[in-house]
Amino acid sequence: MLGAATKRKTAEERQGTMSDSSAVTATSTGPVTAAGRPAKTIEARGVNLFYGDFQAVEDVSITIEPNKVTALIGSSGCGKTTFLRSLNRMHELTPGASVKGEITLDGEDIYGAGVDPVAVRRLIGMVFQQPNPFPTMSIYDNVAAGFNLNAKKISKVQKDVAVERSLRGAHLWEEVKDRLDKPGGGLSGGQQQRLCIARAIAVEPEVLLMDEPCSALDPVATLAIEDLIGELKSRYTIVIVTHNMQQAARASDVTAFFNIEETGKPGRLVEAGPTEEIFTKPTKQETEDYVSGRFG
Amino acid sequence: MESSAHSPALGQVQTSRLLASGLGWRRRSVNIVMTALIAGAFVLAMLPLFSLVFEVAKRGIPGLSAEFFTSDARGVVGGGGAAHAIVGTLVITGVAAVISVPIGIMAAIYLNEYGAGRLRRALTFFVDVMTGIPSIVAGLFAYALFELFLGPGIRLGVMGSLALSVLMIPIVIRSAEEVLKIVPNHLREAAYALGTPKWKTITKVVLPTAFAGLVTGVMIAVARIVGETAPLLVTTGVVDSMNTNPFQGRMQNLAVYAYNEYRSPGVMKQASYDKAWAAALTLIAIVMILNIAARFVYRRYKTEIR
Repeated sequence: MLGAATKRKTAEERQGTMSDSSAVTATSTGPVTAAGRPAKTIEARGVNLFYGDFQAVEDVSITIEPNKVTALIGSSGCGKTTFLRSLNRMHELTPGASVKGEITLDGEDIYGAGVDPVAVRRLIGMVFQQPNPFPTMSIYDNVAAGFNLNAKKISKVQKDVAVERSLRGAHLWEEVKDRLDKPGGGLSGGQQQRLCIARAIAVEPEVLLMDEPCSALDPVATLAIEDLIGELKSRYTIVIVTHNMQQAARASDVTAFFNIEETGKPGRLVEAGPTEEIFTKPTKQETEDYVSGRFG
Repeated sequence: MESSAHSPALGQVQTSRLLASGLGWRRRSVNIVMTALIAGAFVLAMLPLFSLVFEVAKRGIPGLSAEFFTSDARGVVGGGGAAHAIVGTLVITGVAAVISVPIGIMAAIYLNEYGAGRLRRALTFFVDVMTGIPSIVAGLFAYALFELFLGPGIRLGVMGSLALSVLMIPIVIRSAEEVLKIVPNHLREAAYALGTPKWKTITKVVLPTAFAGLVTGVMIAVARIVGETAPLLVTTGVVDSMNTNPFQGRMQNLAVYAYNEYRSPGVMKQASYDKAWAAALTLIAIVMILNIAARFVYRRYKTEIR
């Protein structure tokens, strides 16, 4: 149900943004406007995640709001990355992995019967911890990969527009516009990560998931990405996993704290709320201990 | 403790202890002995190789001539060349590669990208067993297969290719599997996260990334089978004239040619022996060229993976 319907819808939306994006890219290098395109809400209800017999995440329920940055924080192994990967059905790619519970995107169950995980991933983009541009492709082709790999029939002009819009959106255009045909692997780590963000937003997803996008980057590149995240939230629902609490405090609107009782136990969502409250007056002692650095 | 770390007294005690232990001398002599042993083993291993190449070159060069490369041996006594054998080797090996490369690479894709659990383990086991099949068995298999349909005594170039494929497929699978394994998983995930179906992830991301390694593996596999003799004796037969059609008639090849010139030299013994050596030298040259080309392709086209 979601498969066919949403696919058609994104195609229409893309048509829409495509026609007006030339104006956007021509006039501004700054924040891309929301262009009347509502981001989507993700709701998780009683989500349990497993690797074989091992339960990695237990009973997580959370509403992830549109046009906000939601940060998932917590110590290593607490299941936050696993939870993130369940939001675009990447979790099930691990052999033996399984999901129980319900995750909806604007009310539609992404794990519903007949829903193609490939269709889900076209709506919910992802940026990984390690910058992973395709080494065999040029910078241009990396950004256009979402079209090329999915046989999206769009014209060369539309593709050029989408590539420029995405690279501008990822604040990379000025640095690479003269070498779009060079391999993406030749860029610095921070540039590569921005290239990956450009690649993810080129196909106009509705949600952007980021799994510790700055952990392999230096502080300058990290700040650039954080600024970028702040701008992207005007268009997308953003979920970011981070180990870095300062980053969560700086870049997010909502923070969700995950924790485990001990190694081998599943991770739980301890509490979620506006970032400022989580960091200044959390309701749970566990959260207080973690954010104040007394633990983990 | 920390404050006294830099005091001269303590420093002296430690220095003298280091010298007095006598460990340095013993360790150094063990090191020298082991280095000599290992270097000796290397020289011992290289000695037969160099002596072989030297001997084949020495005896093979006299047999090389324009005639050797340009004419076949039809109806000539003592003279003639090996052009039919060179062409036959290239055709038989080429057809074998055409059969083996798609099967081998697709099998490797299955094992690495799709296969799981018991089936995968069983298949890997059988591939290993196939690697160890004696080459004559492969030849007899191809002969028996064609004999079923075309009658006893059948000899065709393509039969030799099939026999060589039986030997080549497991080598291609093994090398392709190794190459696919080192394509980092995060590239596959990047493609999946863009909503790319699995088959497109494989054809557009995994295979291009592994391209250089795959080509290298295929070339090494070809180099391994190009000198096979036994399976070709029973499948392609022995013939003196040029034949470029693998689907009709016997087809000569360099290894069988060398064997035959040596076994039945005819009236001009020395000329035949010279040609046998020249054929051996040509074969070694082909193998070397393939290996060098494989290295070149790998250096030129390898993908930088972080």
